[in-house]
Amino acid sequence: MSNYSTNEFRSGLKVMLDGDPCSILDNELVKPGKGQAFNRVKLRNLNTGRVLDKTFKSGEQLEAADVMDTDMQYLYTDGDFWYFMEPQTFEQHQADEKAVGDALLWLSEQDTVVVTLFNGSPLSVTPPNHVELEIVETDPGLRGDTAQGGSKPAKLVTGAVVKVPLFLDQGEIIRVDTRTGEYQGRVSAK
Amino acid sequence: MNQSNPWQPGASIQALRQRSELLAQLRGFFHQRQVMEVDVPLLSRATVTDHNIESIQARNGDVAAYLQTSPEYFMKRLLASGSGDIYSLGKAFRSAESGRRHNPEFSLLEWYRCGWDEHQLMDEVAELIATLVPDIAVRRCSYADVFIRHLQIDPHLTGLVDLQRLAVSAGSEAWAEESRANCLDLLFSVLIEPHLDDGLVLVYDYPACQAALAKCAEDSQGRRISRRFEAFLNGVELANGYCELTDATEQAARFAEDQRLRQQSGKAAVAADQHLLAAMEAGLPECAGVALGVDRLLMQLQGKDSIEQVMPFSWARC
Repeated sequence: MSNYSTNEFRSGLKVMLDGDPCSILDNELVKPGKGQAFNRVKLRNLNTGRVLDKTFKSGEQLEAADVMDTDMQYLYTDGDFWYFMEPQTFEQHQADEKAVGDALLWLSEQDTVVVTLFNGSPLSVTPPNHVELEIVETDPGLRGDTAQGGSKPAKLVTGAVVKVPLFLDQGEIIRVDTRTGEYQGRVSAK
Repeated sequence: MNQSNPWQPGASIQALRQRSELLAQLRGFFHQRQVMEVDVPLLSRATVTDHNIESIQARNGDVAAYLQTSPEYFMKRLLASGSGDIYSLGKAFRSAESGRRHNPEFSLLEWYRCGWDEHQLMDEVAELIATLVPDIAVRRCSYADVFIRHLQIDPHLTGLVDLQRLAVSAGSEAWAEESRANCLDLLFSVLIEPHLDDGLVLVYDYPACQAALAKCAEDSQGRRISRRFEAFLNGVELANGYCELTDATEQAARFAEDQRLRQQSGKAAVAADQHLLAAMEAGLPECAGVALGVDRLLMQLQGKDSIEQVMPFSWARC
């Protein structure tokens, strides 16, 4: 793959750094009044998820990373891998638990998700911002019970546990913001 | 009015009013002190030879010319002609420098005081900032002090190999074979500058390898230093000043060294300014000079973190 020079670094650009694929978050030119220019670059390591700051000499180059975000449909899991399919080509990909990460708390079959491919293999999975999931287990909320501030934990069909209002029962479907894990509203009555 | 359209200025009208106020205050400061304003050319057949600065080129008919990176060379020609104390408040141009604190076209306040040394000029920089920010904290320390305090190394005595090693860990492998000056620059910018005290910090006695147009000397401990200082306002580089080099032979030698460095790094050759050398041969009075970034100053005064918010139209909008 080709190289990128510091003056081409833009937010969102995917580069290789010390063997890891990274996404550039920010690129700031620093030029001391009487000195050589350099760039302070903020990157997210796509393998570890960590954000790091690096300083490069202006004009230094980094190898482009073969990283692509692709919409795919979630098919199923056999416990070891999670299977996704590209809707246009029907090509299937399998992602391990590390790649799926927190997304496994929110996946329902047939959902469209974003799979980040690195060199053609799934690196990470991003679920849709909002999902609708059924409550499979929760204590019946007794009216007037505000001991916990009017909410109780509810386990969803995917295994995720979310705080919900007391009036919700098992079998009800709720909307959740996957980025915060917070209850957004009820979708349908039992 | 929301100024997100590219045809609109990047600075709000309120910010432009404050800019206008500042320009008037700066002129007032020098008028009171009887320092004469000069508006020297921005277009010249000559330019700086500094290998870290690229000048913007222009053509006047058939003649190749440059937009000036600072008014220095013309101002020194005036000083050598008996102008006395002078200041310039105007634009400067440096190719390709764009960023949160950089714009290829920017405003410089540059002034020279005859018969003063760099310490007296540092005092005046502090006075100027104090008229704009009353009660501002002012600290003066040497380049060595700053390095010892923040990095526990003496920048004048530490060996090149050690500096390169430190520069690589602060930056990247690209610094493994860099010069002393460049390693120190990196260490200063990345490891020290962000941790400087708030308020005005004046750093003096720069290393001899970073002398540029300053006189060199020996400090109280016999270390070779350059009589150069920098001013930092709230950790942001604001001004660069010197006890000016007056020896024409030494100046010619430094220009030649610049040209060698330019050639070494594959940069375009830049001829030395012969008019400046002639002026220095005729005799530049002993003086100290300083250049201050007006846009940077405004950013600090207005609490803005991007230069485009303090100037009418940054390069992206031109």
